[in-house]
Amino acid sequence: MKPTREVGLVGYGAYVPRFRIPATEIARVWDGIEDNGVPIESKSVPGPDEDVATMSIEAAQNALLRAGIAPTDVGAVWVGTESKPYAVKPTSTIVAEALGIGPFTQAADWEFACKAGSEALQAAFGMVGSGMLSYAMALGMDTAQGRPGDALEYTAGAGGAALIVGLAEESLAVLEASTSYVTDTPDFFRRQHQHYPQHGHRFTGKPAYFHHVLNASQNLLDELGQTPADYEYVVFHQPNVKFPLKATRALGFSRDQVMTGLLSNRIGNTYAGAALIGLTAVLDEAKPGDKVFVCTFGSGAGSDAFSFVMTDMIEERRTRARSTQMYVERNTTIDYATYGRYRKKFVMN
Amino acid sequence: MSMDLPRHWRLKQARYRLEGSHCEDCGHTFFPSRLICPECRSENVVAHQFGGRGRVYSYSTVYNPPAGYDEYVPYTVALVQLDEGPLVTAQLTDVDPEDVEIDMPVEMVTRRLRQYGEDGLIVYGYKFRPAWEAA
Ligand SMILES: [Zn+2]
Repeated sequence: MKPTREVGLVGYGAYVPRFRIPATEIARVWDGIEDNGVPIESKSVPGPDEDVATMSIEAAQNALLRAGIAPTDVGAVWVGTESKPYAVKPTSTIVAEALGIGPFTQAADWEFACKAGSEALQAAFGMVGSGMLSYAMALGMDTAQGRPGDALEYTAGAGGAALIVGLAEESLAVLEASTSYVTDTPDFFRRQHQHYPQHGHRFTGKPAYFHHVLNASQNLLDELGQTPADYEYVVFHQPNVKFPLKATRALGFSRDQVMTGLLSNRIGNTYAGAALIGLTAVLDEAKPGDKVFVCTFGSGAGSDAFSFVMTDMIEERRTRARSTQMYVERNTTIDYATYGRYRKKFVMN
Repeated sequence: MSMDLPRHWRLKQARYRLEGSHCEDCGHTFFPSRLICPECRSENVVAHQFGGRGRVYSYSTVYNPPAGYDEYVPYTVALVQLDEGPLVTAQLTDVDPEDVEIDMPVEMVTRRLRQYGEDGLIVYGYKFRPAWEAA
């Protein structure tokens, strides 16, 4: 699908907190051995004064710098997340106010597990594409939590990205088309008032991630009449390293196409932020004319796929803010005790 | 415990964005903002958005914090001289207390300042971290 007016990305920005905990440190605490075939090298951990609001503010600042537009020109601030600071009270109004966006703006928090951000991005393309707004900002940002000792604890990271949508003639990457594919699948969920999520073990792989990612991606390729060889870069949702690499092979993309946007080995699974921050790492590298394919995944379950073509504007715009790799490479390693304190893993009665 | 909601709401522009004021008559910029210029008493004063860069003028490390700040201990509170001139008192973040130095270049970030318990208001505002090289 695509809107009636040609649209694209006019700005983008990333954020990752500075703390990292090695997966071997988590294995040392829970399994007594460090070399336990851990799924990633390290994951990012937010500092005690960070949350989805503060992280979104910095990513959005980077996106505004790259777009070079006045904050008051942004007509929507949509934060996709599953780790809102407040259960009731939008994160997006805090982000908008901190950036000087509004008060004449739309603001909302979006939910769809790890595809909350790309769902917001689809809507942003629609709003700008219909002529209702000149610019709309979609964010995917999370500070994911895994139950101590659970498999998810090795990968549940923190970070994400902000993308500003505008008209194609102002864009650094033009949208060719997008697609969405959803089914009711109980692969992962968290009930109200529960601190940690549940995952349906037998559902996480084949019927969930691969079913949706492969169907959405193949559908978009077919709709555009294109093959993986037409693209320079591909980005998938990255709950670990194994799943996106397997999706890459299954669709006929190559390792070279996926590695630039595959950040989960260093920062973990940033949930709603994962595919979008991977996209920002690609935008930092891609050349004018390059084609970029993105497919997200959110439990519950569904995928959004997007096809972009880079324009000449990318070369200068990318230099206006800090690169995604600068955030990825920022690294203050902490041990499990410090991590436990920052993430409130210890309950004091 | 009073969360002092009206006061936090009134201060949000200054706190979230480091918004102060600028005197159109004598050119002075100041923070926090005032209705009357403290230099020349002019009322011709407009809002001014500070760039957020400055240097550590002086600092001290807090080990026994007031209620609401305990999760950040130990932390450093600094007097930061903004590039535009005014001095601002703020917490430093993303830095270990032993690495703080006088004259260290810093930049503003918006972070959690405190929270009123697990069920109360979260207050956001400016802090400063060591400046990064530009991209
Ligand atoms: Zn004056």
